[in-house]
Amino acid sequence: MAVLLLAEISDGALVRDATAKAVTAAKALGDVTVLCAGASAGAGDATARIDGVSKVLVAEDAALGHRLAEPTAALIVSLADGFEHIVAPATTDAKNVMPRVAALLDVMVISEVTEVVDGATFVRPIYAGNAMQTVTSSDARKVITFRTSTFDAAGEGSPVSIETVDAAKDPGVSSWVEDRVAASDRPELTSAGVVVSGGRGVGSEADFKLIETLADALNAAVGASRAAVDSGYAPNDWQVGQTGKVVAPDLYVAVGISGAIQHLAGMKDSRIIVAINKDEEAPIFQVADYGLVADLFDAVPELTRKL
Amino acid sequence: MKVLVPVKRVIDYNVKVRVKADGSGVDLGNVKMSMNPFDEIAVEEAIRLKEAGKVDEVVAVSIGVKQAQETLRTALAMGADRAILVVAADDVHQDIEPLAVAKILKAVVDAEQPGLVLCGKQAIDNDMNATGQMLSALLGWSQATFASDVNIDGAQAIVTREVDGGLQTIKVAMPAIITVDLRLNEPRYASLPNIMKAKKKPLDERTAADYGVDVTPRLRIVKTQEPRARTAGIMVASVDELVAKLKETGVV
Repeated sequence: MAVLLLAEISDGALVRDATAKAVTAAKALGDVTVLCAGASAGAGDATARIDGVSKVLVAEDAALGHRLAEPTAALIVSLADGFEHIVAPATTDAKNVMPRVAALLDVMVISEVTEVVDGATFVRPIYAGNAMQTVTSSDARKVITFRTSTFDAAGEGSPVSIETVDAAKDPGVSSWVEDRVAASDRPELTSAGVVVSGGRGVGSEADFKLIETLADALNAAVGASRAAVDSGYAPNDWQVGQTGKVVAPDLYVAVGISGAIQHLAGMKDSRIIVAINKDEEAPIFQVADYGLVADLFDAVPELTRKL
Repeated sequence: MKVLVPVKRVIDYNVKVRVKADGSGVDLGNVKMSMNPFDEIAVEEAIRLKEAGKVDEVVAVSIGVKQAQETLRTALAMGADRAILVVAADDVHQDIEPLAVAKILKAVVDAEQPGLVLCGKQAIDNDMNATGQMLSALLGWSQATFASDVNIDGAQAIVTREVDGGLQTIKVAMPAIITVDLRLNEPRYASLPNIMKAKKKPLDERTAADYGVDVTPRLRIVKTQEPRARTAGIMVASVDELVAKLKETGVV
């Protein structure tokens, strides 16, 4: 039983958190070979030290550098022989690539798996996490993405061997133009230990600074509800929820967020949830460990001062 | 150029989802059904391309139960020119898997020869986020997923994609599959005259068997459960009390 895991690589570097969480999930399925597509040599070394990895494959090729779906999927399919499971963390990159891999292999993809029951049976959320479904795959080969927020990151181990593999032929139907990635000193949203999120109640892009200041006091990542994103208060890559990112930090602070099902789907597995909202009827209080009914414009600066 | 827009009939996004007592799935009997919200954005984008003179015809297609013709009528009322319904299930509770949907769509593409397929990035029922990518693989076309900006320029499309950490812009060769994200546009409401007009627009009906596609699911549903509920917490009266509680738990 062998597993091929697509590592998360960004600008040639290993995204350790997402990859190491997927390794934890994949270990239950068999020996894990990790594929670093478009990686630098350093990323291969870092991957080889993730505990639970048995082998690392590195494919360095210009066509793989920006993780375009067509050449990346072609590479994975060219390596698929001998692997019963082909898996990845459920990042936007992997969600772009893995269904394409599955279709090329004529199997169903199993997206956003939160629990491995056995080699063919998996639990995944449906309806934005309003139901959990257990499914058994009848396909000989399983293509899976793992929801990283439900698995702990694997630790460091002794380095395993690294092998270089050639890129598959690039179908040449797409090319990269540019990335616009917001530079930030804050922790990454999906791996942060603390997340502070603002909702429509924050009221404006300027007032979102309150959320950011509180986040910085807590060394937290900043999140936002879909309502706040739609209103233009916060960028889309801050969005937490069904249509954004799924997070499960130790502490999640929801400020001015009413708690639509859409949003709860993205944060309800957090260890401790704090809600600050002036509406005591807000549904967010039903999932919060600590609720404070208050005007956020008073409470948030006070909280920032006192922490 | 012709654009094909696949649309799915799903539970309305405002309806509270209830898991069936037998664990086979979610109760879809007598609940309000609507067009998948991401697919509405795809329909809107196709109509805007037509209004901009870049597209001649917008064809909506739905695969599922017979009732999906209501969803197609919505697409027609928004401005699609004609519709194709592929009946692949009798029971409203039977979800056709993305792989089977992609195979049927490939057959529709082979017959219709569109220059572009615009679809939603995921359906809000099974949350698979797979059909567009799978169709692209089966056709060997280029793919641009999670689009927040689409610019068709002759033989290529420049697409800005919503990715972890920000935005990525790529250039794809036409014909292409583009899956759309929330911020691409705001779909229009169909006006009453357009709803009336939509009733007269052509709607072809086919079956999965017409295209020779086996829709037998690859994933067998073992059980469906309510998610684990969180235990109710406590209300604190002041910021001081909140800070004290957080210090007690050790998270700050």
